[in-house]
Amino acid sequence: MLLLIQYTLIFASVLLLVALGGCFSEHSGVINIGLEGIMVMGALGGALMMKYLPDGTPAVAVILMVIVASVLLGILFSLLLGVAAIQFKADQTLVGTALNLLGTAAAVVIVRAINMAENPDNVSTTVSYMKEKEAFLMKIGKFEFNWFMLIALILLIVAYVVLYKTRFGLRLCACGEHPQAADSVGINVYKMRYAGVIISGALGGLGGVVYITAGVSEWKFENGVAGFGFLALAVMIFGQWKPINIGLAALLFGLFRALSNVYTGFDFLMKLNIPGTLYNMFPYIISLVVLIFVSKKSRAPKAEGIPYDKGQR
Amino acid sequence: MADYAIEMLNITKRFPGIIANDNITLQLKKGEIHALLGENGAGKSTLMSVLFGLYQPEEGEIHKDGRKVEINNPNDADALGIGMVHQHFKLVECFSVLDNIILGVETTKGGILQKDEARKKVLALSEKYGFQVDPGALIEDITVGMQQRTEILKMLYRDNEILIFDEPTAVLTPQEIQELMTIMKNLAAEGKSILFITHKLAEIMQVADRCSVLRKGKYIGTVDIKDTTPEKLSAMMVGRDVNFVVEKKPVKPGKVILDVQNMTVASKRHKNNAVNGVSLNVREGEIVCIAGIDGNGQTEFVYGLTGLEPLKEGKITLHGEDITQMPIRKRSVNGMSHIPEDRHKHGLVLDYSLENNIVLQRYFEPQFTNKFGFLKKKEIREYANRLIEQYDVRSGQGPITKARSMSGGNQQKAIIAREVDKNPELLVAVQPTRGLDVGAIEYIHKQLVAQRDAGKGVLLVSLELDEVMNVSDRILVMYEGEIVGEFDPKKVTVEELGLYMAGSKRKGA
Repeated sequence: MLLLIQYTLIFASVLLLVALGGCFSEHSGVINIGLEGIMVMGALGGALMMKYLPDGTPAVAVILMVIVASVLLGILFSLLLGVAAIQFKADQTLVGTALNLLGTAAAVVIVRAINMAENPDNVSTTVSYMKEKEAFLMKIGKFEFNWFMLIALILLIVAYVVLYKTRFGLRLCACGEHPQAADSVGINVYKMRYAGVIISGALGGLGGVVYITAGVSEWKFENGVAGFGFLALAVMIFGQWKPINIGLAALLFGLFRALSNVYTGFDFLMKLNIPGTLYNMFPYIISLVVLIFVSKKSRAPKAEGIPYDKGQR
Repeated sequence: MADYAIEMLNITKRFPGIIANDNITLQLKKGEIHALLGENGAGKSTLMSVLFGLYQPEEGEIHKDGRKVEINNPNDADALGIGMVHQHFKLVECFSVLDNIILGVETTKGGILQKDEARKKVLALSEKYGFQVDPGALIEDITVGMQQRTEILKMLYRDNEILIFDEPTAVLTPQEIQELMTIMKNLAAEGKSILFITHKLAEIMQVADRCSVLRKGKYIGTVDIKDTTPEKLSAMMVGRDVNFVVEKKPVKPGKVILDVQNMTVASKRHKNNAVNGVSLNVREGEIVCIAGIDGNGQTEFVYGLTGLEPLKEGKITLHGEDITQMPIRKRSVNGMSHIPEDRHKHGLVLDYSLENNIVLQRYFEPQFTNKFGFLKKKEIREYANRLIEQYDVRSGQGPITKARSMSGGNQQKAIIAREVDKNPELLVAVQPTRGLDVGAIEYIHKQLVAQRDAGKGVLLVSLELDEVMNVSDRILVMYEGEIVGEFDPKKVTVEELGLYMAGSKRKGA
C-alpha cells in the first residue's frame, strides 16, 4: 500500500509538472504538443548531469545541478517551438509533432555517441545514474520520499498564484483568449507567448528528469518518455487548464500508472489474474475514455493554436 | 488655438496603389461630440489607426492641446488620454468586467494584483454615469450593451479625455442606443471630447455638435449639425443626392411561387417552438417583408425555409414542387437564393478568395467543372470578373482578394452578385443592409426591386422599419414565432406596426 502511494505521488508529480507547463503555454495561446520531446530533452540534460557530476558531490548540489540542466535544456528545446510558432507563425501542431520526433531522435544520437566514445562496443542508448539518484530520495520509515514531490507541490501553488493573482498571469491569459484585446491595451502578445512557451519548456524539462528517475536508475533513451508528455496533455485537458484541477487529475492518472508498477503487491489484484500488460495500458486507456467525455464540455483558451497576426481583422 | 483637444492636420497616408487618407484635417473641440461620417472604405478606419499610432502618416501632424505630438504606438495614444471603443469589442470573454478594465494598467503590490481600489473606482464611475455594471460579472454572461459599457469604463478608468466610438450603435437594440446617446451627452457635458464614427444619419442629428465627412479618402468638409439636414449630410458623404424613398412601379403580383403551410421549427434556446405554425406565400413580382423585433423567430423561419434547420411540422412548396425534405443544394438549384443574415457565418468563406466565394453556389455546374471533376479556373476567373464589374464589388486585388479583407458593404455586394446572378425564382434576403452605409443600402434596395420587377418573388426579413415601409409590397409582422398581422405598407403607419411587433395587438392572420 505504501508503495502504491509512493509511486502514485511520484508519477503524479511528473504529470503535474508537465501538465502545468502545457497549461502556461496554452494560456498564452500556443498549443504545446511537443511536451513529449521537451521531456526527453530535459531527461537527457538531467541524466548527463548525473553521469558527469563527480562522486561525492553533496546531495543538495546534485539536486540543484540536475534541475538546472533539465530546465535549461527544456527551455532551449521549447524555444524551437517559440521561434517557429510565434516568430514565423508556423502551425503549432506540426511544430510540436516535429519536436517530439526530434527530441527522442536527438537524445538517441547524443547518448549513443557518448557511449561509443567511452567504449566502441557499447552501442546502447542507456545512461545509468544509480548512485546519483540517491540524492533525490529520503527514507521516512519505509516510505521513500522524493524531493521532487515537494517541488511539484510548491510549483503547483506557485502556478496557481501566478496565473490568478498576478499581473503576469492576467496578461498571459488575455493573450490566449483574445490577443487583439491584449494588444489594444498595450500588452506585447509576442513577448507573453514566448514567456508561456519558455515556462512550459522549463516545467516539461523538469518533468522529464523526474520521470526517468522515478523507480528506475538507468534510462534507455530509445524509449523516449513513453507517451508521458501526451498523458500530461490529457491531464491538462481533464484539469480544464486550471492548476488545482490539474493537480487532482495528475493524482488520478498517477494512481493508474503506479498500479502497473505495484499491482503484484496486492493479493486481490493478483487473484483477478489480469495480464500485466493491461495494467501498463491503463493510464492510456483511461485518458482516452476521459477525453471522450470531457472534450465536449471543455473550454480551451479561445485563441490557442492561432498565430497572432497584428494586421488581421 | 488651445480650444481643440486633438487636431489631425493635413494627414496623408498611402498604401500601395491607393491613397487611403488624402490631406485630411480633423479638429476635435474640447467637450464636443464630433461625428466622423463616411461610407465603408472612405478612410475612417485608416485615420483612426493613424491617431492610434498603428500607421505612420507620410504627411501631416497631430496636435494635442495645440502642441505637436508623436504617436508611434497605441501606448503613446493612451498616454495622451486617447481611448477607443472598437466596433468589435476588445474584451476577454472569460474574464470579469473588472479584470477587463484593469488589464494593461493593473495595480500590484509585491507582485500580487490589488483589485479593491480598482473595484471602488469602477463602481464610482459606474454610478456616476448610471451604467449599472457589475464588476464581478463575466463578460460572456452580460448583454452586448453591458459589454459596451465595460469598454467605455475601460477608457474612463484610464482617465482618457478623448473618447472615440467606432460605430457603437451597430450592435445595440433601439433602447440601448437611446441609453448610449444619453451617456455620450453626459460624458461630453463632463468635458470629455467625443469622436463618433458612424454612418447612421439620424444618430448624428440627434447627438452630435459637428460632423466631418470623408469620401474616398478625401476630406469633404465639416459642418455644424444645427445648420444641416440628413439629406445634405448624405449628399456630402456619397457625392450625389441619395434617394431615401425607393422608386418602384406599382405591384403586379403573378402566380404563387412560394407557399409555406403551417411551418413549425423547434427552438435551440427554449422548449417552445421558435416558429409556430407559420403559413404564408410569396407571388411573382412582389416583395413580401417579414417585420418584427429581433429574436421573434425570423431567423429560425429562414433556417427552416432554406434548409439549414429541419422542420418539426409543415410543408414548403416552391413553384408547385414540395421541397420540405429537399437538401440545401437542390433548393438552390431549383431556384431559391438566400442572402443570409450572418454574412460571415453563412454567406462567405472568409479565407477564400473573392472569385471562389462568387462561384460557391455554382462551381459544380459543367461550365465551371470539367468532366474529370477539376475546376475550370479560367472560366471561374472570367465569371468572377464579370460579376465584380457588373455589381461594382470593390476590393484590393480583384478576384484573388481574400473575402476577409474586404469591407462589409463589398462583402455583401459579392453575396448579392452571387445570389442574384444565378437567376432565382425566389430571393430570400435577411437583413441585407445590416451595418451598411446609405450608398450601399440604396444599391441593395434597387437590386431587390429589380428582381421583383423581373417577375421574381422576394422575401425580405428586416428589423429596420424604414426599410420595411419603403421596400415591401406586403408586410407580415412576426411576433413570438407567429404571424400576427398582414398589412399593405401604403395603408399602415409605423406606429401601428410597432404595436403589432411589440405584441400588444394582433389580427387573426
